[in-house]
Amino acid sequence: MTAIVSFIGVLFDGLAYGSLLFLISIGLSVTMGLMNFINLAHGAFAMLGGYVAVIAMSRLGIPFLPALAIAFVASGAVGALLERALYRRLYRATHLDQVLFTIGLTFMSIAVATWFFGPGQQPVRLPAFLTGQLHVLGLDLGAYRLFLIATVLVLTLALTFLVERTRFGARVRASVDNQHASVGLGINVERVFSITFALGSALAGLGGGLGIDVLGLDPTFPLKYMVYFLLVVAVGGAGTIRGPLFAALLLGVLDVAGKYYVPQIGAFVIYAAMVALLLAFPAGLAGRRS
Amino acid sequence: MGLPTLKWSKAEIAFWLVPIAAFFLFPHYLTLGSQILIAGLFALSLDLILGYARIISLGHAAFFGLGAYTAGLLARHGYGEPLSGLVLAAAIAAAAGWITSFLIVRGQDLTRLMVTLGIGLMLYETANQASSITGGVDGLSGVEMKKIFGVFAFGLDGRTAYVYSLVVLFLVFNFARMLVRSPFGLSLKGIREGERRMPAIGASVRRKLVAVYTIGAGIAGIAGALLAQTTQFVGIDVFGFQRSAELMIMLVLGGTGYLYGGLVGAAVFMLLQDYLANLNPVYWQFWLGLALVLLVLFARGGLMGGALALRHRLMRGAT
Repeated sequence: MTAIVSFIGVLFDGLAYGSLLFLISIGLSVTMGLMNFINLAHGAFAMLGGYVAVIAMSRLGIPFLPALAIAFVASGAVGALLERALYRRLYRATHLDQVLFTIGLTFMSIAVATWFFGPGQQPVRLPAFLTGQLHVLGLDLGAYRLFLIATVLVLTLALTFLVERTRFGARVRASVDNQHASVGLGINVERVFSITFALGSALAGLGGGLGIDVLGLDPTFPLKYMVYFLLVVAVGGAGTIRGPLFAALLLGVLDVAGKYYVPQIGAFVIYAAMVALLLAFPAGLAGRRS
Repeated sequence: MGLPTLKWSKAEIAFWLVPIAAFFLFPHYLTLGSQILIAGLFALSLDLILGYARIISLGHAAFFGLGAYTAGLLARHGYGEPLSGLVLAAAIAAAAGWITSFLIVRGQDLTRLMVTLGIGLMLYETANQASSITGGVDGLSGVEMKKIFGVFAFGLDGRTAYVYSLVVLFLVFNFARMLVRSPFGLSLKGIREGERRMPAIGASVRRKLVAVYTIGAGIAGIAGALLAQTTQFVGIDVFGFQRSAELMIMLVLGGTGYLYGGLVGAAVFMLLQDYLANLNPVYWQFWLGLALVLLVLFARGGLMGGALALRHRLMRGAT
């Protein structure tokens, strides 16, 4: 009986963790799907959101939820700015250039974060209604993790609506499917990309703020989680919502389960799973663009 | 049209006189000097697979680390003969390269990047967890080297380490230089310029990529073993992502696809690091990132590319 309860606990934690990974990675999926751009600096936007939320709460005394909204807006704005100023120049560059460029950005973001906030972990004080446990069907579930899963669920539904039911979403789907034909149909692919890049950065920032309690927040964040974000996209496929969602949840559960049941090999599980998955699907599960 | 010549040009001879001159001119900086030579050898190994075969690797430190731990563990357990340690390290790293190359050749850029990254991280975790063998995060100490040929001991002045590193670097460089100027090297260039067309002239792309990846891994293993032997210590950072990333920066800074680019880039990088990182390590990482961004945006060929363009312009001006 206890084994089953602990298993459900692991599953629950894994789903919460996976939801966060999904929220942060969905922007990266669009970047790779739409422009075939390898962006290793995506985690920096999540880190930015995290620090913005921490500053808003601790220095300006703003409550938790509005602070997350500020993190969302701030990361989106910085994303839009960087896309305009820098990323845009490299869409047609080789993958090597993109990799080098985004590693450079990652290093800079780490140095800047260390300079301003020091190398330590940032604490976060959750509001009272999000702490403690809830009793659901005889199980003790963390209130904050329930909140995380619910938030990501709502956001996913909103995103799905945006992509599948609106005109803008149709443009995004068309651009992912065939960029040249879309241009021919009068779709401004560059603008579609700018907007989705900003939205993706904003969601990453929101995820960074939401995730401080689960993922932690320190200057090495972009490097520490880089593999996870890349993996979500590579396994889930670029340019869709369902693929990365599924991949992120799977990854979250695997990682939490690995650390819970076989702590002595720790992070090894996730890297082994990654190599195995990539071996089975060398072009990624999506495999649409080669 | 025959094969490219193997004759050494004047510029090349002059280039190799620099490290020899440095030995006599800067006797107090020989430790830094051997670090530069080792980094140069490591960059050379990446140049073969990145500059010549266009395989993007974010985990080349895996082979460096395997070489370092092989040489380190051998010496730690009483087998401190340097040369055979070097050979064994190269063999183990090359074997690992050969096995993993089959994962590498299958995918596209993104897959390759992630598989190499994943392998590097897996080895890091292994070294971290197996601390009873590797020393874990504290590193592997107690590495005791015997004298080279039973004559030259590794002393504190770093003279033996410097000369040893330089000789190994030169021999391996010579091998790599012959390799890229051989028919095999030319077919690698062919793959770089047009991967899809190579099968049309009867060349097996897959087999050549496997071969060059294996060789690159073996050379990286030699570089790692040199580091372990000359510093008599192996830190877990030999497997780190930072090492793979910095390696790529050295190579791109110098210029890919010239063989000399990695050596030039390593020298410039290590000298800058020695100066700037002593001021403040956080600054250093910032400048490193900025340098990469600027390099990609404005200076595609690296230092070697710039130098060759300059020479081209001067030669044209002279006639």
